[in-house]
Amino acid sequence: MPEATLKVFRSKGDTNTFETYKVPIEDGMVILDAIHYIQQHYAPDLAVRWNCKAAKCGSCSAEVNGKPSLMCKTRMDDFTTGEEITVEPLRTFPLVKDLVTDVSWNYQVNKKIPPFTTNDNGEWVIYQEDIERVQEFRKCIECFLCQDVCHVLRDHDRKDAFMGPRFLVRTAGLDMHPKDTLNRSKYVKEQGGIGLCNITKCCSEVCPEEIHITDNAIIPMKERVVDQFYDPVTMFLNKIFNNKKKLV
Amino acid sequence: MSENQNYETHECDVLVIGAGGAGLRAAIEASAQGVSVALVCKSLLGKAHTVMAEGGIAAALANVDAEDNWKTHFRDTMLGGKMLNNWRMAQLHAQEAPLRVKELEHWGAVFDRTKDGKILQRAFGGHTYKRLCHVGDRTGLEMIRTLQDRGIHQGIDVYMECTITKLLKDGDRISGAFGYYREDGRYVLFQAKAVILATGGVGKSFSVTSNSWEYTGDGQALAYEAGADLIDMEFVQFHPTGMVWPPGVRGLLVTEGVRGEGGILRNTNGERFMFKYIPEANKKDFAETDEEAARWVEAAVNGQKTDARRPPELSTRDNVARSIYTEVKEGRGSEHGGVYLDISYQDPERVKKKLPSMYHQFKDLADVDITAQPMEVGPTMHYIMGGIRVDADTQASRVPGLFAAGECSGGMHGANRLGGNSLSDLLVFGQLAGAGAANYAKSLSSTPSVSNEQIKSAIDDLEEPFKADKNVNPFDLHKELNQIMSTYVGIFREEEDLRTGLEKLNQLKEKIKHASSSPNKIYNPGWHLCRDLQHMMISSEAITRGALNRKESRGAHSRLDYPATDPEYGKCNTSIFQQGDEMKVEMTPCPEMPCELKELFEKKH
Repeated sequence: MPEATLKVFRSKGDTNTFETYKVPIEDGMVILDAIHYIQQHYAPDLAVRWNCKAAKCGSCSAEVNGKPSLMCKTRMDDFTTGEEITVEPLRTFPLVKDLVTDVSWNYQVNKKIPPFTTNDNGEWVIYQEDIERVQEFRKCIECFLCQDVCHVLRDHDRKDAFMGPRFLVRTAGLDMHPKDTLNRSKYVKEQGGIGLCNITKCCSEVCPEEIHITDNAIIPMKERVVDQFYDPVTMFLNKIFNNKKKLV
Repeated sequence: MSENQNYETHECDVLVIGAGGAGLRAAIEASAQGVSVALVCKSLLGKAHTVMAEGGIAAALANVDAEDNWKTHFRDTMLGGKMLNNWRMAQLHAQEAPLRVKELEHWGAVFDRTKDGKILQRAFGGHTYKRLCHVGDRTGLEMIRTLQDRGIHQGIDVYMECTITKLLKDGDRISGAFGYYREDGRYVLFQAKAVILATGGVGKSFSVTSNSWEYTGDGQALAYEAGADLIDMEFVQFHPTGMVWPPGVRGLLVTEGVRGEGGILRNTNGERFMFKYIPEANKKDFAETDEEAARWVEAAVNGQKTDARRPPELSTRDNVARSIYTEVKEGRGSEHGGVYLDISYQDPERVKKKLPSMYHQFKDLADVDITAQPMEVGPTMHYIMGGIRVDADTQASRVPGLFAAGECSGGMHGANRLGGNSLSDLLVFGQLAGAGAANYAKSLSSTPSVSNEQIKSAIDDLEEPFKADKNVNPFDLHKELNQIMSTYVGIFREEEDLRTGLEKLNQLKEKIKHASSSPNKIYNPGWHLCRDLQHMMISSEAITRGALNRKESRGAHSRLDYPATDPEYGKCNTSIFQQGDEMKVEMTPCPEMPCELKELFEKKH
């Protein structure tokens, strides 16, 4: 049986190293299978998060050969025979152990976003064409790969000022819901730090759900902020026609 | 929170264990009733098994088929469950599911729409009408995200990556729960007036399963050890369509939505075999020819009415799973030991739109383009119908203060669950459990006290694998358990196999006492598995004993040595409980259905 060589990030007390493991390859095997093999045969204490193994829950995010990836979706046969495969934790978040990081910051950011709000308690009539965009955003499985790759969070560590692509997508999904009554422009400008994003599209590239994060969520939200706060014509029209969405 | 040298302590009125659909809905309800709520989950929030649910949520909204109503949904559910269901649960479920779905929509869930702007519904096995509200094939994700975002703004305290290993009692009644954080192994005590178990299923006892690592039967085991009884544990659902190739994804779910949208099952000879497996009594409801089935699909795709009857692939899950198993066993299987499921005859763009995650799953993991080629599928352990016995209206178990909802509870689905009835179950009974537990907590005049002795024994139990004399790899033990259950307690069962299985489980129980782990408590999966195995053993033994005891075939329980359905067994639920150190099995009479509901099964429909 052919073998693969994996270099897996291991934390031992205060020191971190890469340990090399040999794993037999089966047809259709993915990185997560190899990690489980290592766990079962060599290192029962190897820490890894996973749940569905079907790219639906977004738990098994890691950096494989430097690329933010879902381990359950990254196939061993994507690599050439004999190539060493490195598996590391997400680098943007604090390390817990081995491949597990502390992603709790994301949950704190999510909790602050003004929630879905509606004043229509009747039977809803919503047409499919009006929700296509929102449904695209709601495909998000919260793997946080977009957060991991975002240079504002990764290189500049601006978790204090920037909510990151995941939560711009989430906010856009709320604002664009046909029955939602809030306008979150002020929120994404002041709390979310949307101005810090300079649309390099790295987030869109790593999204396993292929959500057009930059084009469909971030840029339209930036435009809303501009309309709301910097465009005198829209500002004037909003005043006259009393835009029905409440600004938060 | 107060600190003790060994563990941290939290106090709440209601503790919810499990944060899938049922746990989240229960927590939201309890919190809305004004009690303090703590919600504990083994994974990160929003990752629970509910995200895996694909096809939809069953509710008689009658948006697509105007004839639908709760009575038909109730009738379908009872017939699907071979009349073993708790009738009151099935009634509440059918009546309240539409309310819960609309509520979810008003909390921000974005369902697919009909042309006139209502929630779109699709066909599924065993449902008379098109009844499954859905979002493509990622309905569960939509549901969990909506509940999660609702829950976090309601003042619920969430404790993530936390495993509960023991329920605590003050005399007869519940007083809290004890466990550990996965992250660093620190111990945690929850003092609670009421506990709601919403921990899901038991799939990790089987080798081929659609379930994730979390499904280790924690709720069933915790309740059993606390004195509750489990019912109908022998009824284990094998979903007919799991992936069979490549090996790494064996068992991964292929949604019933594929068949709901017109997917055709064929054996290696190209025969559409489901025609020959439709039970005589149901033949009148199913198409008899390819042509008739094709007309039904055509009408369904275009949202039109038709006099054609449904395709035979939409028979109930128990029947389709057995049919596939039989085809493979008799040598008519596909290359990798499954059968073919084909939707490639439809417009590729429609397939991608209606089944996006199936399209990606097969393309990314199996190099199969489902818009051009058939899929290879076979049965995979998916769900357990049995579980903790609860009161239908409050979800209370027989232990005061202990409630259960969702997959870990039993009764609702009888001998076989219809697809789509699980997501609705989570919402309906999650809500009822939340209300039931909140009311109970409010009714207590004093807070039950926790016993230090019970806490100490929970800690000792957790630290057992660190002892020097332990020497067995828990992953090997887990594999052994999987082999036992899949070999001896699978789709088709018989006396001798079940007895062998039970004997092997007993031997394994001894070995598990020697499960060993390095004493590192920081995120140590080997250590976690040592404890999980104990829970898995309880549900595995209960399934096996229940299966041995029920000498008939009914729904998902198929005995080769007792192939007929026996009306006498149909009057009884299997009850399993602890007496001393022994697991006891007793048959208890099913609750009697009132006359006005019985009439629904006498009338010609």
